[in-house]
Amino acid sequence: MSISVTNISKSYKDVKALQNITFDVKPGELFGLIGPDGAGKTTLFRVLTTLLLADEGYAQVAGFDLVNNYKDIRESVGYMPGRFSLYQDLTVEENLNFFATIFGTTIKENYDLIKDIYIQIEPFKNRRAGKLSGGMKQKLALCCALIHKPKVLFLDEPTTGVDPVSRKEFWEMLKRLQQYGITILVSTPYMDEAALCDRIALIQNGKILEIDTPAAIVKHFPKTIYNVAAHNMYQLLSSLKAYEHQYSVYPFGEFVHYSDRRANFNSDDLKTYLETQNLSDIQINQTQPTIEDTFMELAK
Amino acid sequence: MNNQNVIEAENLTKIFGDFTAVNAISFEVKRGEIFGFLGANGAGKTTAMKMLIGILNPTSGKANVAGFDVFSDANNIKKNIGYMSQKFALYDDLTIKENITFFGGIYGLTRARIKEKANTLIIELGLQEVSNQLVGSLPLGWKQKLAFSVSLIHDPKIVFLDEPTGGVDPITRRQFWEMIYKAANKGTTVFVTTHYMDEAEYCDRVSIMVNGKIEALNTPKKLKEQYKVKTMNDVFLKLARG
Repeated sequence: MSISVTNISKSYKDVKALQNITFDVKPGELFGLIGPDGAGKTTLFRVLTTLLLADEGYAQVAGFDLVNNYKDIRESVGYMPGRFSLYQDLTVEENLNFFATIFGTTIKENYDLIKDIYIQIEPFKNRRAGKLSGGMKQKLALCCALIHKPKVLFLDEPTTGVDPVSRKEFWEMLKRLQQYGITILVSTPYMDEAALCDRIALIQNGKILEIDTPAAIVKHFPKTIYNVAAHNMYQLLSSLKAYEHQYSVYPFGEFVHYSDRRANFNSDDLKTYLETQNLSDIQINQTQPTIEDTFMELAK
Repeated sequence: MNNQNVIEAENLTKIFGDFTAVNAISFEVKRGEIFGFLGANGAGKTTAMKMLIGILNPTSGKANVAGFDVFSDANNIKKNIGYMSQKFALYDDLTIKENITFFGGIYGLTRARIKEKANTLIIELGLQEVSNQLVGSLPLGWKQKLAFSVSLIHDPKIVFLDEPTGGVDPITRRQFWEMIYKAANKGTTVFVTTHYMDEAEYCDRVSIMVNGKIEALNTPKKLKEQYKVKTMNDVFLKLARG
């Protein structure tokens, strides 16, 4: 296993940031930690990169023990923290050189690995890192985390606050890195990114809710979900919430995801009910659950 | 100004040195509308929004917000709008009650009115148990719901929300949008930016900025038809990089 975590717990005063976290990441796997702010994702990253000691439990990263071999771990992993943490007043090239030197290597030696990403920021290599746009900062940070050819890459919310186009490009970069055999642990609050991982752990309030492949997680969803639409979203939501048989009602883009308590649910009943609520243009169609549906069901 | 419109912008432009951040944008937002203001990072959204809320002078063009001119009457704009950002909305080291009182005071509400507002707001959000706790101790989702309510404390005509739901868990994110629907239903105009494309679908109309210009503006439904795609995410991917 590239990462093997057993019963890790960590508290800050009376806040239980991590509670009995256990999971494995296989070599070369792209593993996602999916959860909102405050779920414990950053604490877990800090523990696994040996920056913070856990209160309980043990773990191995790249074959090394978290406590006894922490220095070996530091040499074997790349870490891109959530907050931009490069030197703002060094240039792009100086930052990269700095990180290469720290790890006893050179840009040249591992250029292959970062080439695809670095050529996008190379035109700005003499610009100070603090003056880069958000997307370029992110690419530079990724290059710096990769320059020593780590076995395991930790990416803490690399796409938070990033627009959908840049997010898509970033995930394409990760897929390419995977082909070099690098194990990647990545966290994100965007549920739609979960589908791009090999396996995911859904995490909230310091606890793992479920671990599996994205496809399997969706398959385990216990209810049938219907897309419901009508002429007025606000009124539709209020009416569905007031319906005595509703199990869950969540807005999902242009539709509301609805599930019913009854096993013998018939969508005509619901349609009739909505009509009595003065709603028009009613549509009710069965749909596939998403990771986000599963997350909300588990977090309920 | 058409009295159905609460925002009117015409060729609104901002130039920094030799860089045109906002390039002659024109649009209107109606009373009670939920207006999604989208664009890639660096497209000019924040600059445009700063001009509309009266904290940045435009280089040229015209804009009227809540009945006031952005050039000559920026201070009146500030009194008549609400604003909430993802980064800073409330004071972490004041309690929930203190934050409400502070912002109520800033907007010139009377003590009696502040007290009344504070009570209803705390009950509506179910924060009775924690109303004397520091805001810093609240989970992000609660904080953002509270910040939204506080941004409405002076009954503004328009509320500007800058990525209000970033990082918020999916259930709370939806509760947040239900609050938005409720406010819009009462006639408050909601001007919102987001990177969640499912949220773009919740808006009555959406504009997409690309390199300082508004490249598309319509209802989500019509935009999807126009670009022949199924989701707003695909509309965005088609447009945002030109």
